[in-house]
Amino acid sequence: MSPDLRVRLSQVELVNPIMTAAGCAGTGRELARFVDLARIGAIVTKSVMLEPRAGRPAPRMAETPSGMLSAIGLQGPGVDVFLQRDLPWLLSRGGHTVVSIAGGSASEYAELARRLSEASGVGMIEVNLSCPNPASQGRDFTDEPAEAARVVHAVRSHARSDIPVFAKLAPDVPDLVGLATACVEARADGLSMINAVRGMAIDPVTLRPAVAGGMGGVSGPAIRPIAVGCVHRVHAALPEVPIIGMGGVRTGTDVLEFIAAGASSVAVGTVNFADPSACARILREFEEAVEGRGVARVGELVGAAHRPIGAALGG
Amino acid sequence: MAPGIAERFRSGQFVAVAVGGEHSGMLLRRPFAIHDVKPDYGGTVEFLFAVRGAGTAWLAERRSRDLLDVVGPLGRPFPLPRDPVNCVLVGGGSGCAPLFPLAHSLRRRGCRVDFVLGAASADRVCSAITARRVAETATFTTDDGSFGVRGRVTDPLGQVIEEARSDVVYACGPMAMLRAATAVADQHGIPTQVSVEETMACGTGICMTCVIPIVGEDGITRMVRSCVDGPVFRGEQVRFDDVGTIPFDALGAPGWKAQGDGDRAADREAG
Repeated sequence: MSPDLRVRLSQVELVNPIMTAAGCAGTGRELARFVDLARIGAIVTKSVMLEPRAGRPAPRMAETPSGMLSAIGLQGPGVDVFLQRDLPWLLSRGGHTVVSIAGGSASEYAELARRLSEASGVGMIEVNLSCPNPASQGRDFTDEPAEAARVVHAVRSHARSDIPVFAKLAPDVPDLVGLATACVEARADGLSMINAVRGMAIDPVTLRPAVAGGMGGVSGPAIRPIAVGCVHRVHAALPEVPIIGMGGVRTGTDVLEFIAAGASSVAVGTVNFADPSACARILREFEEAVEGRGVARVGELVGAAHRPIGAALGG
Repeated sequence: MAPGIAERFRSGQFVAVAVGGEHSGMLLRRPFAIHDVKPDYGGTVEFLFAVRGAGTAWLAERRSRDLLDVVGPLGRPFPLPRDPVNCVLVGGGSGCAPLFPLAHSLRRRGCRVDFVLGAASADRVCSAITARRVAETATFTTDDGSFGVRGRVTDPLGQVIEEARSDVVYACGPMAMLRAATAVADQHGIPTQVSVEETMACGTGICMTCVIPIVGEDGITRMVRSCVDGPVFRGEQVRFDDVGTIPFDALGAPGWKAQGDGDRAADREAG
């Protein structure tokens, strides 16, 4: 008997736990040439902002061992174009849409939540907190739990009550569990982790930073152990809070690893750049990996790594 | 052999090739312009490359019958003229690869084709024999003068345009060369189609790393992906002087003002 792949994230049910990670599925159209978007659990959009944004200058990317460093700078058309052009298209494809939002102040995030709540078809909001906070010398919201909580609270207050709000956390903060707790206390319905790890690559010839912004975000399989560790720690501290796990997922077994660490669903990011049909392949591999486990539902495996030896495999 | 790609290919498109094998730490595909497709053996695809790093070094070690993981054909092809006009094709180094299938397509439409090909030295000149065979004339330049004329590939371009009474320039190669070719064509009052070589992570339009400033039909500059909106652009659309920057007047640039409300998007940076 094939196991039930459906998973629950707060009040939302997904057909399976495979999602795309924010910024790794384009508008959906680009990936739709390779993957049937209705078959995967959810599409997470690139972070949407209030206004159009040109992003950072090139070069924006450098390959690093088992991953990449990138600094895109949130290039995007703004919420008006998103609502008019991209969201209706995603809706027409029948997939579940999670909208990632980014801003420079709690009121900008709140305004985005309000605009998205007026539209139909927004299945969930993911709050990208890895954005500089001009009111705090440009430190990211994620670096200060109180500031992150302020943003999450503003989004939760302005988002329609049937739309779950997930806070996306960065891994490289002094107190991850403290940050997660602050977001949950600000009424986040769940947590997404992790965002890219801040890093730098230096061109060996010019001895200058390899991406124009200097610092960038490291993603890809190189960061997977960091991500799994973050999910494990936060799930141990907040076992009732649903987590979307992400960071370097490349195969169906990697998905299972995140689920065992405590994630209820898992997003596929950078590997989409290397293999545009990755989501379909990973779903297939994941299904096979779960079949051999003798469980009726994928949900039984969530947090398996936290259970005593012998109890880890569910059923 | 890649029958699906060979069948669908149009000149100017590229393939994205995985390097290093299945468990490689080199995650990203390498983009290569398609040099030729042949119906033999069920459809083969050819691309040219120079060894520049670990990825291309791995590729150079492959032997015939080895399997390669290839995605393609990607990108927008060269637009072809409806009428049999005179076309001059300009390219530098291994970047000139896409000009050869283009030359064949143009010839099939009855166009006159003239080649101007440049390289660092004689051993780097790309497909000189093919160029001579396909084209009405083929002019070569090398940086060291070891083959053809000494100098840059755009030096003899003006003369070729005049002698061949060219109607359009097609150019492939580094950005500085594309800019010079566009300027020469502009002096002669003819349009240019350029194929840009930007570094890219995905080639399919999702990663947003390969953007360049492009002026749209509406006069607004946008940061546009060279993989799906290019790699072929009209020369006059490309803001060559501003490649590698975000021009201040580009849509959504820092300080860019939305109509009626400008302050929100202004003066912010993000990672």
